[in-house]
Amino acid sequence: MSALKHPEYPEAKLLQLESMIPCREAQASTLLSIFGKRQHFSFPALFIYGHTSSGKTYVVQILLKTLELPHVFVNCAECFTSKLLLEEMLRQLQCLFIKEEDHSFLSCDTFNDFIRFFKRAPLTPELQNQTIYVVSIYFRSSVMKRRTMSDRIAVFQYLRGCNKEKGESSYSPKHLRHLQKILSHDHPPEYSFDFYAYINILLGVFYPVCRDLKELQHLAALNFSKYCEPVVQGEGDRLWKNIESHLKKAMQTVYLREISSSQWERLQQDNGEPGQVKGLSAHAHVELPYYSKFLLIAAYLASYNPARTDKRFFVKHHGKIRKVNFQKKHEKTSNHLLGPKPFPLDRLLAILYSIVDSRIPPTANIFCQVSEMVACFEP
Amino acid sequence: MSKRKLKKDSFTSGECISKVQKILRERFCHLNPNGKLFGLEHQYKQLLELIKHTAVNGESNSVLIIGPRGSGKTLLVCHVLKKLLEIKEVKENILQVHLNGLLQTNDRIALKEITRQLNLENVVGDKVFGSFAENLAFLLEALKKGDRDHSCPVLFILDEFDLFVHHKNQTLLYNLFDISQSAQTPIAVIGLTCRLDILELMEKRVKSRFSHRQIYLMNSFDFKTYLNICKDQLSLPPEFPEETFIQKWNKHIQSLLEDIKVQDVLQNQFYYNKDLRCLFMLLMLASNNITVSHPYIRISDFLEASKLCRMDTKSNIVHGLSVLELCLIIAMKHLNDTYEGEPFNFQMVYHEYQKFVQRKAHTVYNFEKPVVMKAFERLQLLELIKPIEGPSNFVQKEYLLMKLLLDNSQVMEALQVYPNCPTDVKQWATTSVH
Repeated sequence: MSALKHPEYPEAKLLQLESMIPCREAQASTLLSIFGKRQHFSFPALFIYGHTSSGKTYVVQILLKTLELPHVFVNCAECFTSKLLLEEMLRQLQCLFIKEEDHSFLSCDTFNDFIRFFKRAPLTPELQNQTIYVVSIYFRSSVMKRRTMSDRIAVFQYLRGCNKEKGESSYSPKHLRHLQKILSHDHPPEYSFDFYAYINILLGVFYPVCRDLKELQHLAALNFSKYCEPVVQGEGDRLWKNIESHLKKAMQTVYLREISSSQWERLQQDNGEPGQVKGLSAHAHVELPYYSKFLLIAAYLASYNPARTDKRFFVKHHGKIRKVNFQKKHEKTSNHLLGPKPFPLDRLLAILYSIVDSRIPPTANIFCQVSEMVACFEP
Repeated sequence: MSKRKLKKDSFTSGECISKVQKILRERFCHLNPNGKLFGLEHQYKQLLELIKHTAVNGESNSVLIIGPRGSGKTLLVCHVLKKLLEIKEVKENILQVHLNGLLQTNDRIALKEITRQLNLENVVGDKVFGSFAENLAFLLEALKKGDRDHSCPVLFILDEFDLFVHHKNQTLLYNLFDISQSAQTPIAVIGLTCRLDILELMEKRVKSRFSHRQIYLMNSFDFKTYLNICKDQLSLPPEFPEETFIQKWNKHIQSLLEDIKVQDVLQNQFYYNKDLRCLFMLLMLASNNITVSHPYIRISDFLEASKLCRMDTKSNIVHGLSVLELCLIIAMKHLNDTYEGEPFNFQMVYHEYQKFVQRKAHTVYNFEKPVVMKAFERLQLLELIKPIEGPSNFVQKEYLLMKLLLDNSQVMEALQVYPNCPTDVKQWATTSVH
């Protein structure tokens, strides 16, 4: 018995739909009831939001494709100007309207033109009264009030996790058992479904940190061969013991993209100890010229020490230190918690002169190095 | 209830339901010019008189229709125009130009649109020739040439009027109002806006040419009328083919709206917002579940629809976070409590988190700093935290000052319903830091 029901569409198709979108039956049936029949009016705009990889794009796309509703998909990240966006929408609409090959390119600069073209578009009779869906991903603004302009359009907008107070349909967060079900859905055929309980171990390690389905799928695919190793070698009783430490290593390396997936796979094949390969962040060593090094050290000292301690630290004969009974009444937060403080160039140079023993002439080179280092770290 | 009996009736077939849905959807989702006006009789008469004067007598007028979103401004104009076009002498004698501030974003586009809609001579094959200045001069000349007795009156309807005010020098508005003031072609300028301070936005010269006639559409009805509107919108019109079905449906609606739970829902909605469009959304959500097996709107449908309408988006987002991310949010909440809303950076949050983990690590592991950093970045991507200054300020990401965009109570509420929340995390959240 299908959980999705709609008089407009045949039962078989709905069953097929249902098998393609596990754990999203409730959302799909809400969407179906909102779509209604083809000739009926629907909401002018629908705003779908949810976490990354909670199936927003997938479900809507599958739904529109399987039911063969006329729709247009645009990605607002690709169409970064309004002209690109409008022309892309028009192009896809043309493909919908005219089935022949001659798609004359329409140039469309303004929203006004778009609406004009849209209203004028020659419609095939079966499309005449249907709702046309425009789905835009990474939607930010600007399309919201389209309804008033032309009648046949229904717009879906959605973006990943939003803080706009205008949600209409939300995708409930994934629960553990949903993830288990979806992840074990595509188990490799040469092993049994029960053997793929591997997923439970994987989730046991990663679930507190990550609920992103895509990430988890990727990790599951990467580490499965390691999991199978004992079975292949003939000692099949140490599956969990074998994999757990391996997965924990994976969290520190692959999950953070410290080492790439291909490197990780190669490591597993060679039976190398994971973590041997130097990750990306291990390459923090940079060769610098002599004076640049001291400039950098001076800058570090200047930004993390308050100016009032300079005299005590850097001046040779600064006089007596008065003995003060330090009363630790209020513990100060360390400077390394608050982050670096800005400092003037004069102070930087003064600290530089005091930490370098030899005399440094203030040549153009020194100043050049200062500005070059700024340019180096500019994003 | 006699629902069970009704189910077996012959006319609750799929066809009937489909027709009902069609009617209701057209009412709720589509700006329907045949829709009813509620409590706007006075304004309707006023506007009708005004436009009639322009159309018949050749008086030039200007008027602003002001009201909040969803108060029926466009509907009012639609009704008035429909009524006007029924009069024969008006129908042949009037030209309409519809402009929208969202579409005509500057004067050049607006001018092209006017020439296009007036079908002027220099428009050939839907292409407009000539520069902006030429176009304006041509249009003005065409309008100026006319006089009161002979030329055809033009009706300008400016939707989203407040956006036209932001055009450069307000040239279009100035020219339109100027024509309406002087004895040239009779025109009526009707502006629709939802801003109450619209007069303050106009330039002095534009303002002085405007006739200061305003029609206010406020949703000034009480709950009883609100219920009546509800009933009216849900019940079927007498044109519906199945007569017995109409009676049953309408009777059912009557009894539904008398139910205390439904009234509660509607009252909530009424106190929250008098906007009819929000009501329509609620009704639409309630009514689009009717099928052959249950052909009438049920009380549970109403309750579900209202639940769907008043979901808190933020807490929905928080429920989907992983435990580590939740821990970070709690750490931020503690930081907010101790430093009284001062902004924080990643280092402080990590420090706070470390204090928790080192004190009593039972279920939550001590994750490495980069893993925590990744979780922190995800929170930023979800816009649950936000940098207080632009990110391009040459600050390392660990030291970028942030603020939390969640309320204390929101965090606590989300924590209560968070599925499988570890107990010590919950405790950590409730214990104050001091």
